Amino acid sequence: MFDLIKYKNLFIGISLVLLALAFVSIFTYGFKEGIDFSGGTLWQVRFSGQEVSVPELENYFKTNFGIENLLVTAGSENGVMMIRTNELSENQHQEYVAKLQQDFGQVEELRFESIGPVIGAELKSKAIWAFILVLFGISLYIAFAFRKVSYPVSSWKYGIATLICLFHDAVIPAGLYAWWGSVKGLEIDTNFIVAILTIMGFSVHDTIVVFDRIRENLIVHRGKKLGEIINISINQTFARSINTTLTLVIVLVALYLFGAATLSYFVLLILIGTIIGTYSSIFMASPLLTYLQNK
Amino acid sequence: MKSKNLSLFILVLMLTVLAVFFVYPKAPIGGYISQYMPWKLGLDLVGGSYLVYEVDMSGISSADKDSVINGLRDVIEKRVNLFGVAEPRITTSRAGENYRLNVELAGIKDVKEAINQIGETPFLQFAEVNQVEIPATATTSATQAQEFIPSELNGRYIKGAQLTLSDLGQPLVSIEFNDEGAKLFEELTRKNIGKPLAIFLDNNLISAPRVNEAISGGRAQITGINDAKEAKLLVERFNAGALPAPIKLINQQTVSASLGQDSLQKTIWAGLLGTLAVMLFMVLYYHGLGFFASIALFMYVALTLAIFKVFSVTMSLAGIAGFILSIGMAVDANVLIFERTKEEMKKGLQRATSLDEGFRRAWTSIRDSNLTTILTTIILYNFTSGFVKGFALTLLIGVLVSMFTAITVTRNLLRIFYAKDLVVKK
Repeated sequence: MFDLIKYKNLFIGISLVLLALAFVSIFTYGFKEGIDFSGGTLWQVRFSGQEVSVPELENYFKTNFGIENLLVTAGSENGVMMIRTNELSENQHQEYVAKLQQDFGQVEELRFESIGPVIGAELKSKAIWAFILVLFGISLYIAFAFRKVSYPVSSWKYGIATLICLFHDAVIPAGLYAWWGSVKGLEIDTNFIVAILTIMGFSVHDTIVVFDRIRENLIVHRGKKLGEIINISINQTFARSINTTLTLVIVLVALYLFGAATLSYFVLLILIGTIIGTYSSIFMASPLLTYLQNK
Repeated sequence: MKSKNLSLFILVLMLTVLAVFFVYPKAPIGGYISQYMPWKLGLDLVGGSYLVYEVDMSGISSADKDSVINGLRDVIEKRVNLFGVAEPRITTSRAGENYRLNVELAGIKDVKEAINQIGETPFLQFAEVNQVEIPATATTSATQAQEFIPSELNGRYIKGAQLTLSDLGQPLVSIEFNDEGAKLFEELTRKNIGKPLAIFLDNNLISAPRVNEAISGGRAQITGINDAKEAKLLVERFNAGALPAPIKLINQQTVSASLGQDSLQKTIWAGLLGTLAVMLFMVLYYHGLGFFASIALFMYVALTLAIFKVFSVTMSLAGIAGFILSIGMAVDANVLIFERTKEEMKKGLQRATSLDEGFRRAWTSIRDSNLTTILTTIILYNFTSGFVKGFALTLLIGVLVSMFTAITVTRNLLRIFYAKDLVVKK
């Protein structure tokens, strides 16, 4: 039998290091806000009439429309350009389209998003609230669901352990994304928030399975120490923790490899979060119980 | 006991067969059904526009706000319908003190024109005219200027409009006011007998006919319109109703159809491959048990898709992704049950008893896991807007259906086919 509790400091240590790295990453690289949050315009245009390069287009926008705050990147497809700038009114938008079509021939708009700063600010506060609600909602539910097993571990301790794990599972992918974003120029948007919240909703599943078994073993193996009971429970539930994660990983990998390109970062983030969530469920949640118990 | 199992099995099987025909667009009957009840695809897949308007409520008393916003929604719906969008979705929302209108136009080709149609306020305003003497200065002689005093009468009070031609063949728009408007119009004309009354459309003075007498009955004619085409457009807009409050476009997301089609194909394939891989895994790891779980998973996919279609849940790309994730989760309950069953069998229990124990003992974990997911999806649903709302919705429906298929249906299948003999002995 694998003695988890013997090595608990090691496992928690790994988590702490990962958490620290995530925080360093978040504070060093920060998050670049997408237009969902900051407000602004994202414009994807296909130039099929004549070829145009990034600096050319940048120059064109600056000289013709007087736009200074501008970021042009080439899309993955030929002739597709992404243009990021301030919020544009519909009148400006139409004026620019007409001018582009006049000067570049065939110009097809693939996507045009323009978001006012008010909506962005609202979304930001909503995102923070949603994070807090999920974090505490799930933890409180766990404390409630385990309310009947007050001896020897009171149910709110299950809730606190869950809370710490959820936080861990959300922050590490976020930290990774911050570093990744600075390398690849990714921004955080609604999808990012949805991915983080989804990770939290999923990662708690395996924790529940382990806690549920601890709850049962506390009765079956009455009189044994908590550490022993945790060891027994972890070993008994190990295979199912891995397998439930694996089925999710299978569909996520399929989505990542074969699904739409626009979803790839969203899927990858959930994939990483799911794996980290499984780690924390097995190696972190129950050792945390022993720490909470010793105090 | 056995006949009850069997009848449930037959019922679910029939439902699944129906669902497959209903969902699969190329099936002979499915194609027929799809004509009347097509899949509702999201804007991001068929192309279209998601618009958010901020409503300027500054001139409206707080008691009237709700009726104004509802009126506004109706007017915009009529205008969009004029434009030929199959199923526009217009919802209202409130953010603090701000009122918003969210307009979803799926499958629309000319977004620009639609935005123009919606945003254009055929803002009709009647104004009194004051002649003001401008005294002579050193360089100019005394002139007369006109001062316009906006009256209370505006497009809000219009009941209907008609296109007519004057004796000279000029286009005229005859408008009819509602009762309140008729009263205002009568007062206004009585007050201004012998004086001109200015008519403004979208803040442009279009005519200022002289009032000869007080006009009761609530009918008026607008002259001074450029051509018949413009007059016709005006009539359409007046009939759809004038906007009861000014609106401003604050958010626009427009996606072209060409961008979506490819994503849809790819994601459906990814989902299919993922599902097959999950089934393969279940069969390889849990053998016979896994085989039945895979059948239950197939039923899950068919039934859930049928539910999406029946309730015309909008399938956006994010929504499809949410559904595919739910496929990966739907078998989780089976994993928990089968692992428990294996444990019980190791203890020396019989197959049928072990299975029953497996279902019974795994239930608390399954219930708690699913409840936390439901909680998360509800929070997500309320947090997001537009395209990604579909993700939370499909995931939520998926979790609910999977509780039925992964537990009830799987147990039923196993009792009939897998632990058959043992149940009979019991």
